[in-house]
Amino acid sequence: MSGGKDTLLSVDRLTVRFDASPSLIKRLLTGARRRTVHAVEEVEFEVTRGSTFALVGESGCGKSTIARTIAGIQPPSGGSVSFMGVDIAGFRTRHAAMPYRRNLQMIFQDPYASLNPRWRVGRIIAEPILTHGLMKRGVALDERVAELLDTVGLAPGDAAKFPHQFSGGQRQRISIARALAANPAFIVCDEPTSALDVSVQAQILNLMKRLQRERGLTYLLISHNLAVVAHMADAMGVMYLGRLVEQGDAGQILARPLHPYTRLLLDTVPDPRAPKRARARLAGEVPSPLAPPTGCAFHPRCPLANARCARERPLPLRVEAALVACHAVEEGRLPSRPPANENCLATSGDAA
Amino acid sequence: MSALLSVQGLRVEIARRGRAMTAIDDVSFEIAAGEILGVVGESGAGKSVTGTAVLGLLERPARQAGGRILFDGRRIDTLDEDAMRALRGKEIAAVFQDPLTSLDPLMTIGDQLTETIRTHLDLNPAEAVERAARLLAEVGIPAPRERLASYPHEMSGGMRQRVVLALAFSCEPRLIIADEPTTALDVSIQAQILDLLRAMCRERGTAVMLVTHDMGVIAEVADRVAVMYAGRLVEVGPTASLLAAAAHPYTRGLMASIPDLHRRDVELAQIPGSMPRPDAPVPGCAFHPRCPRALVRCASERPPTFTVGASEVACWLADPVARSAA
Repeated sequence: MSGGKDTLLSVDRLTVRFDASPSLIKRLLTGARRRTVHAVEEVEFEVTRGSTFALVGESGCGKSTIARTIAGIQPPSGGSVSFMGVDIAGFRTRHAAMPYRRNLQMIFQDPYASLNPRWRVGRIIAEPILTHGLMKRGVALDERVAELLDTVGLAPGDAAKFPHQFSGGQRQRISIARALAANPAFIVCDEPTSALDVSVQAQILNLMKRLQRERGLTYLLISHNLAVVAHMADAMGVMYLGRLVEQGDAGQILARPLHPYTRLLLDTVPDPRAPKRARARLAGEVPSPLAPPTGCAFHPRCPLANARCARERPLPLRVEAALVACHAVEEGRLPSRPPANENCLATSGDAA
Repeated sequence: MSALLSVQGLRVEIARRGRAMTAIDDVSFEIAAGEILGVVGESGAGKSVTGTAVLGLLERPARQAGGRILFDGRRIDTLDEDAMRALRGKEIAAVFQDPLTSLDPLMTIGDQLTETIRTHLDLNPAEAVERAARLLAEVGIPAPRERLASYPHEMSGGMRQRVVLALAFSCEPRLIIADEPTTALDVSIQAQILDLLRAMCRERGTAVMLVTHDMGVIAEVADRVAVMYAGRLVEVGPTASLLAAAAHPYTRGLMASIPDLHRRDVELAQIPGSMPRPDAPVPGCAFHPRCPRALVRCASERPPTFTVGASEVACWLADPVARSAA
């Protein structure tokens, strides 16, 4: 993929594999073979400046590995990630990577684990500013920290407190203030509200949206919660066993999903606004990434799979504003699907 | 018709630094035989403590400071430890969030099942193994006989939770306390486990107290819902009507704060502030400082329970006297 003019981040054939082999001795003695975890396989997507791109999928699908690779924590095994037109794998020194790191910040799932418990909040938030040499210690820095706290809905006086004095939601606000401190263009949000109660989640999601509007921020949102993705994302990618099976405009994918996995995933989400609706179920479990199935990785669980699906890996195909990797879509074997809203009201499969 | 489980005026206190904090404050509810009651609330609302109290597993510094718990018309909160242990596992079973904490990592699945079965039922070893294999087959574990020899770590999270269900159902209990049984699982596995739980309960007429923070899970399986806030019950009613039209301002705020798959680009409703902690109790209605419709009396008088349609609502706005005057 070639980067368009307002593409901030471009991921090209990204592959991440982990070596999970038994030790050499064990391999020699028992004849065990080398084993590789195929965490991410040839993933491609682009994130437009000022938008939110969401990666969704179940545990182990590789979404967090992609986030870690983009953040520079996990080196890729193949492919590339380019940010503002620069390949991040090309950085030879920490110094060369600094402008990139200033522009890319992260918010993690667990606000209890991602804040240093021994540092006061003011120091936590000031750290990125000092690391990147944006300001020197002094009154101006204190004012900047107070302003950041105010931006995320905390009191300037909170700078003197320790993380343990705050609730989970407030800690996530501190994480956001820290992420904003160096004025980044891009924030990777890895399950930012998964550890929070729904009413607190609403506060954090509203805050993230307001900050995006005011500052033109770009988000990569990693989430397993499709309702959160529906609320936040402009574009989305659905991952299964290390691969993107469907990506494109979030509105289109949520309203008219094409890939059988996306369809079943959407059907499976419990909806508090549609109690006990009858719907299709996703049978079985995700296979091990140590030995992914041949052909389409989803074929063992797919109701539409045929012999070709088991043999040949589907390539992404453009359908309107989405890319879908599925033979059934390509061959026109996909059954039509009632629109999502009607689907919810269709049957009240009660007490059966 | 008498209830299978009846909790009356339950009060749980937690001692801290010589002071008693009220974690559960005058909570009353009933579960009929075969009924699935969803107990929902945010962290710290007291839903798990309530489940723990019913199981008789409250540990210091928490203790039951008032109220009664009746199972099948018999008072169980005054039973001694041996009598309670005989009841637990046989008549009342428990399913917890993390299957790894419910299962012994050093025992095979088969040994754990047969141990529970033989503790409570009068069966010989061969019969117990037979029953264990049948249970594993029923919860959808492939090759159940071979799986009896497996250890928990050899199974996936979803399979382990199936084993926990088999364990819970092993002695045909009449009530299951399920505390966030699917919170650690992916949505597709969650749906499988909830379907299984509902089907097994319907088949046997087992009642469930399902503790969860997830309104989606409630919508999937519960017949009735009890909403907890700051250690109190604020609203109890049938699932469909409560989710469609909640009466209590807290329940309404909670529902409005959940993102909707089908209505994008709307601002999520926020409940300002946060839930009061047990060490800083709020006078009157515990929700009044955050309530958009609070009345003057809400700050000083605790609301009793009023009947609104098929629901019970602890809110002064539901007071028929006030409503007729307005």
